[in-house]
Amino acid sequence: MAAKPKLWYFCGRGRMESIRWLLAAAGVEFEEEFIETREHYEKLKKDGCLLFGQVPLVEIDGMMLTQTRAILSYLAAKYNLYGKDLKERVRIDMYTDGILDLMLMIALAAFQPPGEKEEKDAAIVKKAQARYFPVFEKILKDHGEDFLVGNKFSWADVQLLEAILMVEELDAPVLSDFPLLKAFKTRISNIPTIKKFLQPGSQRKPPPDSRYVEVVRTVLQF
Amino acid sequence: MARTPILHYFDGRGRMESIRWLLAAAGVEFEEKFLKTREDLEKLRKDGSLMFQQVPMVEIDGMKLVQTRAILNYIATKYNLYGKDVKERALIDMYSEGVADLNEIILHYPFLPPGDKDGSLTQIKEKSRNRYFPAFEKVLKSHGQDYLVGNRLSKADIHLTELLYHTEELDPSVLANFPLLKALKTRISNLPTVKKFLQPGSQRKPFEDEKFVEELKKSFG
Repeated sequence: MAAKPKLWYFCGRGRMESIRWLLAAAGVEFEEEFIETREHYEKLKKDGCLLFGQVPLVEIDGMMLTQTRAILSYLAAKYNLYGKDLKERVRIDMYTDGILDLMLMIALAAFQPPGEKEEKDAAIVKKAQARYFPVFEKILKDHGEDFLVGNKFSWADVQLLEAILMVEELDAPVLSDFPLLKAFKTRISNIPTIKKFLQPGSQRKPPPDSRYVEVVRTVLQF
Repeated sequence: MARTPILHYFDGRGRMESIRWLLAAAGVEFEEKFLKTREDLEKLRKDGSLMFQQVPMVEIDGMKLVQTRAILNYIATKYNLYGKDVKERALIDMYSEGVADLNEIILHYPFLPPGDKDGSLTQIKEKSRNRYFPAFEKVLKSHGQDYLVGNRLSKADIHLTELLYHTEELDPSVLANFPLLKALKTRISNLPTVKKFLQPGSQRKPFEDEKFVEELKKSFG
């Protein structure tokens, strides 16, 4: 029987959170090892586990995979969340890549100096409302289906839900002009595996706080 | 017969160059429509051609594709440059993402304010010599094969070769301690399609010098 995938990262969202979401959505149990010290990180590097000296790191199917998008694509393919053919896959890639751009802004915002963070958060919300959310509202409107691609649950749906929830944490009524996204949010949240992940006690991580930022700065020395 | 792909971008490298390299390596002819002014970009946006209001955009197989990675992955799959199975694809993705990370710093370099250029160049030299090139040298050493993954040409080899050329432009001696990377670069450069692309007169774009950047800023305001 295959071993459970294992994740190495800080105890927080960062670049690993999308990977946790996708595994959880696929109903896959996973282990986590949290990096809290510089020594632990140096050891991982010395052991040759980190191809470019960076985390996220996911051990799965005998591979030590790094690079967030490589990991996400592998999981999507493995768990049938990548569409039925190449044309569906390229749409999933376009949607997830766009959303990941937005989510990277959010992940990096945590490391802004305290004075600038509020401004940065406002910029992110504005971008979400002007550039990203209208696109997905339109996609849902145009085909009238429950899921973004091919009338079937895919990685794109998971990624969009994750992004919606993260932007809502910055500005709760951000979906007020997007009725289909609101319905989408409810619908996807009620999928059993996702519903479970959204409950307290799951492996979902909270928004970054000053302690998390401190740990990351100490471990990565910046 | 399928129409030729059409690339929409500025007349420069930026984020479109890796797409040009990949199409060229696959032996695929392509057309280019250059954005020369802000109006050109606004027109594309108003037409609804740009999903997230950004370029690159590639018209291919009846679709208007955006997001560099999505475009590259589509081309790689279509032209068999993506390995033979999911596991090989994971390795190709991992390597391609590493290349993209270093390339991200390089592609911004020409557009930095003069005061920031030195710092960025130091960063490029440091990361290529200490983080990225050792990793790829080690991969090639570990299996002793001609290509990064599965003993067969893939997008990873093309992206890495492009990166080696671009890094050498900024740091001519960077490959001194990486014999296997040097050999890979030569080998890939000698593939007929790549060799053709490396010749003057191809659609490969030149290094973005200060004059180019100045003119681009003037047209786009």
